[in-house]
Amino acid sequence: MTTETLTHGRRLAVPAKYVPILVTACLFAAMFVAGGVRYEGFASGQVILNVFIDNAFLLVVAVGMTFVILTGGIDLSVGSVVALSTMISASLMAGPGWPPYLVIPLVLLIGSGLGLVMGYIVHAFDIQPFIVTLAGMFLARGLCYTIGTDSIPIEDPTFTAFAQTRIDLFADLWISPSVLIAAVVVLGAAYVLHYTRLGRGVYATGGSEQSALLMGLPVGRTKITVYTISGFCSALGGVLLSFYMLSGYGLHAVGMELDAIAAVVIGGTLLTGGSGFLFGTVLGVLVLGLIQTIISFEGTLSSWWTKIFIGLLLFVFILLQRLFSARRRN
Amino acid sequence: MRRLLWPLVVLALLLVVNVIFTPTFFSIQMREGHLYGSLIDILRFGAPLILVSLGMTLVIATGGIDLSVGSVVAISGALACLQISQDAGVLTAVVLALGLSVLLGAWNGFLVAAVGIQPIIATLILMVAGRGLAQLITDGQIITVNDPAYKLIGGGYWLTVPFGILLVLAVLAVTVFLTRRLALGMLIESVGGNAEASRLAGIRSRGIVIMVYAFAALCAGIAGLMISSNVSSADGNNAGLWIELDAILAVVIGGTSLAGGRFSLGGTVLGALIIQTLTTTIYSVGVPPETTLLFKALVVTAVCLIQSPAFRDKVFRRRGRPPTPRPAAEEKVRVTA
Repeated sequence: MTTETLTHGRRLAVPAKYVPILVTACLFAAMFVAGGVRYEGFASGQVILNVFIDNAFLLVVAVGMTFVILTGGIDLSVGSVVALSTMISASLMAGPGWPPYLVIPLVLLIGSGLGLVMGYIVHAFDIQPFIVTLAGMFLARGLCYTIGTDSIPIEDPTFTAFAQTRIDLFADLWISPSVLIAAVVVLGAAYVLHYTRLGRGVYATGGSEQSALLMGLPVGRTKITVYTISGFCSALGGVLLSFYMLSGYGLHAVGMELDAIAAVVIGGTLLTGGSGFLFGTVLGVLVLGLIQTIISFEGTLSSWWTKIFIGLLLFVFILLQRLFSARRRN
Repeated sequence: MRRLLWPLVVLALLLVVNVIFTPTFFSIQMREGHLYGSLIDILRFGAPLILVSLGMTLVIATGGIDLSVGSVVAISGALACLQISQDAGVLTAVVLALGLSVLLGAWNGFLVAAVGIQPIIATLILMVAGRGLAQLITDGQIITVNDPAYKLIGGGYWLTVPFGILLVLAVLAVTVFLTRRLALGMLIESVGGNAEASRLAGIRSRGIVIMVYAFAALCAGIAGLMISSNVSSADGNNAGLWIELDAILAVVIGGTSLAGGRFSLGGTVLGALIIQTLTTTIYSVGVPPETTLLFKALVVTAVCLIQSPAFRDKVFRRRGRPPTPRPAAEEKVRVTA
């Protein structure tokens, strides 16, 4: 009791669970202001919208990753499933000339199916998620190369229309349809996490699998479902990436699983599971995107600085998480 | 020994497949005073992976994991090649590169043991930032070096045997001696089983964890020297890419549990050899190399499933033995983390 009142008094009555998100939000604001002061034409709404436009696919993938990490698992296969989705849609439309309204559902089905199988193996055979999804990563990448080793262009009118459409908002601001899709995914996922039985199950499983099991929650079903959701999100991310790139290629999205995990961690979700918010993940993706924007505005900085900055940020945020969780325990 | 049974069976199967497709597979020849042959090639090209996997085994035995070894491979190769291209001696270059590797490993260990960050995350930091660091060292270029002394490490021969194989044997011998002849191995296993209990029992678990991560990075550093010396160049972007995943696979295939508390160095060497043989097999059988990853996925899944008690119970329906209770395993992970 005393610790609670103490922390409340010291921290302006912000519940401890929102602190990581607040830190990320402050960081984002600070980066944006710093960029606006330093570079001409940086402080505009369109810069933020561009971050969304360039990272819509990462956002969708990171949403799926959030579900998995909230249960205390991890999904290394997302990048490969994204690549596989671009490859399948490109080859099916280029070769046999399948229409998009058949290709897209099929791709989503394949992604979800892969996730379902991985989730089942994790749950039923009690093998570490790390290893299972690693095998999934190899499998999906291998399937890409089996389909073809070259980049396949997408010339389908529906896809090009999706790539080129600009949805005008007020005052010269615009977004792409991908951003809309990503927004729908985020809102839908937030609803599922906070207002449904599945969502409660996800948090409970991540908090303590043993307690969740003893409470009679369907832990196995929850685990299988989150990997299926992650597979679905990766496939959808792949579709969005093929809108963006207009090609299918086995080397698309290499290392994207790291970006997705980094976004989730920077967003304040605990990797041990059970604590975190989807909104934090959105902020995490924004921070990652803004780093890239700043580096491209700077012009003279080489691309590898992105990696070093992301690594530093990860370090700072993990240290913060560590501090908060240590303080909560005392 | 029973733990090594399945990996041995898989390795034997792979070798048999090879012999069926290339009858001369087992022949080893002497050419110009050097040993040649498919088996020698497997050992030679597998040497960096075996090294990295050895370090990874000890890390996993403490209940941790090290994702950063691939980046350390790139950094060590990059630093050594940079030094040599700037006319530093080979010995200086090697010492500097390995020194930096150990430092990076100690940093990982510090984050895990002293700060108390989950190993997978603590090493993720260096995995992401390290790639950038390697490119920073090489300035985004591929540094080529032409130094016969440096070439020896990864591409040369000594006493008719490829030097890399000898290096691996030496590291393996030292590791086996340190962990199986001295108490160190038991201490590592005890920390992996329950870090807090070991501390109460008087084991300096912090020091052991830091040392183990430093050792893993040292192994990765040597592997980085080998890889860059073999191709006489350092590529910050692609050297050692995904080797951490292969190494973790090798360890798991070798029967070391990711939960920590037990390890098998022999199993790890077998695991690394299986992965390398698989790659060779795919080339010699004539399957398109693009599908290497597919085969890897299948073999990994098969080996992991066979080793999973839950799977064996479901499929083979062993009588009289109840499945390993989940909660116990779960609890152990909690405490270790």
